Amino acid sequence: MFRYILRRLLQMVLTFFGATFIVYALMFANQDDPVQALAGDRPITDSQRQILTERYHLDEPFLQQYRYYMEGLLTGDFGTSLTGRRISDMMADAWPVTIKLALLAIVIAATVAITAGVVSGIRRAGTFDNVTLVLTLVILCLPIVVLAPLARLVFGVQLGWFPPTAGRDASWWALLLPAIVLGSLVVATQLRVTRSAVAENLRADYVRTARAKGLSGRRVIGVHVLRNSLIPVVTLVGVDIGNLMSGAIVTEGVFNIPGVGFNLFRGITTEDGPLVVGFVSILVIVFLVVNLVVDLLYAALDPRIRYA
Amino acid sequence: MRDPGVVTGVAGPAPAADRPRGLAGDAWRDLRRSRTFWIAAVLVALFLVMAAFPALFTPADPRACTLDRQYDGPSGTAFFGYDFQGCDTYARTVYGARNSITVGILATLIAGVIGLVVGLAAGYLGGWADAVLSRVVDVVLGIPFLLGAIVLARRLSQNASDDGVLAVVLTLGLLGWTTAARVVRSSVISAKNQDYVAAARMLGAGPARLMMRHILPNSVAPFIVVLTVLLGANIATEATLSFLGIGLQGDAISWGIAINESGRFVRSAAAPLVWPSVFLALTVLAVIMLGDAIRDAFDPKLR
Repeated sequence: MFRYILRRLLQMVLTFFGATFIVYALMFANQDDPVQALAGDRPITDSQRQILTERYHLDEPFLQQYRYYMEGLLTGDFGTSLTGRRISDMMADAWPVTIKLALLAIVIAATVAITAGVVSGIRRAGTFDNVTLVLTLVILCLPIVVLAPLARLVFGVQLGWFPPTAGRDASWWALLLPAIVLGSLVVATQLRVTRSAVAENLRADYVRTARAKGLSGRRVIGVHVLRNSLIPVVTLVGVDIGNLMSGAIVTEGVFNIPGVGFNLFRGITTEDGPLVVGFVSILVIVFLVVNLVVDLLYAALDPRIRYA
Repeated sequence: MRDPGVVTGVAGPAPAADRPRGLAGDAWRDLRRSRTFWIAAVLVALFLVMAAFPALFTPADPRACTLDRQYDGPSGTAFFGYDFQGCDTYARTVYGARNSITVGILATLIAGVIGLVVGLAAGYLGGWADAVLSRVVDVVLGIPFLLGAIVLARRLSQNASDDGVLAVVLTLGLLGWTTAARVVRSSVISAKNQDYVAAARMLGAGPARLMMRHILPNSVAPFIVVLTVLLGANIATEATLSFLGIGLQGDAISWGIAINESGRFVRSAAAPLVWPSVFLALTVLAVIMLGDAIRDAFDPKLR
């Protein structure tokens, strides 16, 4: 186990530097004239140019620049947006909203997926099972760019059940519709995995033993089967986080929620390079850390899995 | 898709085959019976025709917009009415198929070629080549897809003056090959150690012949399935990127751009938002259903 963790950490360090290097190289390398880009259309005097070049280490080799960038990232200095705000301040404003939205989405998705997954796993090939399978296929195929605007149109604008925009200081109620949209991104896979795990575990020896001991069906399914069936669902969280991030960019843009995705969306449309790189780098780090934690958790949850 | 031997029998019990069918023959027999496959295939064919010859579906010019028709209801061949700019919504939706499908197919081809080469190299060579290539795959997978696509598409389209099709194709192609590479690698590794490959090697077959004749055919089925799913994902991602404003640019006609623009004026007219969404969703659904049907047909365990 220890060797596995060590190897996994080393791998993550490699992935981390590789991924951030690619992002950095794509954003900042080989720009025609970054100083001019920073100043916009205003003319720049030679002394201004010299100061800016020194401040941003533009005369130093590329790898050295990457080192400065990484040092900034690792010490929590993400740079300054073109609007003049510090990106770490913008993050501090944006993260709570996004975390609230993501938590709500995950809770909704997990509740629906586990309940429906268990039911259709028990009654396989029944009506409920067939209907959920078709529904999950449809949900899997609906891109978020279709789902979010349409949900806003139907439930927000036409039916008026939910507020069509959330805005700053959104209540849980205002976040509910965006959270359902976001949750639908991950609900289908979770449901399918729960279903097949439940169906498989129902045939396991320990279930037969539990039944033979005279335990009630409720206890066999609620405790024995469910606990073992949730292990593969937990591993999905790593993949889900990536989906939720992509989804949050579109969803927060559509519903006007001032979270991380919304800032990124605005950064893209206003061509705010530092903001985009700052936010993307943080999201990449979050993604990598979550995936590492999930892998370790998986080993802890299922003692049958031995890592050498 | 070649099996003229057993065409006549529809669903009879085990049609007598004169010669043993290959994997592809078996799969094709299964596919022909699958309702999902036919629905998906018809839809895909419809959208392909729409992409190739949009004029078959509408006589209207999607770029002929006049503001005095803004938000007018359906009339004549403008079945879905007119949008904010006074453009024919139906015509623009039909013409939007071309960009989505072109981008999807080209990006999938690029990703497929990269994935095939990397997967074959990693699986066949093994050793340090495998170690290095697998780490590269890890790094690319370490970047969440849409985030990587945002950065890469921005970079590629920075100096471009065209409608951005090339930039999006390259973006999706360069980021999307990892799953294909992993699938090819694992099926090459499992095929490499089979007895028949060892036998062929002993008979004096060179690496090229081993690869093309004995190892590659085993990777084809999972590879095709991965590519179909990837095609659906690429079409959806193109729309997402265009929606975000970093995909197709300028006056390009695209479902993603249409959804973004009409979403802002949705209180005035819903049709310009609804129809591009429906077409996009149907295309993705059809492609992924096709992939599902093909996977079921190729997976002997389900038979």
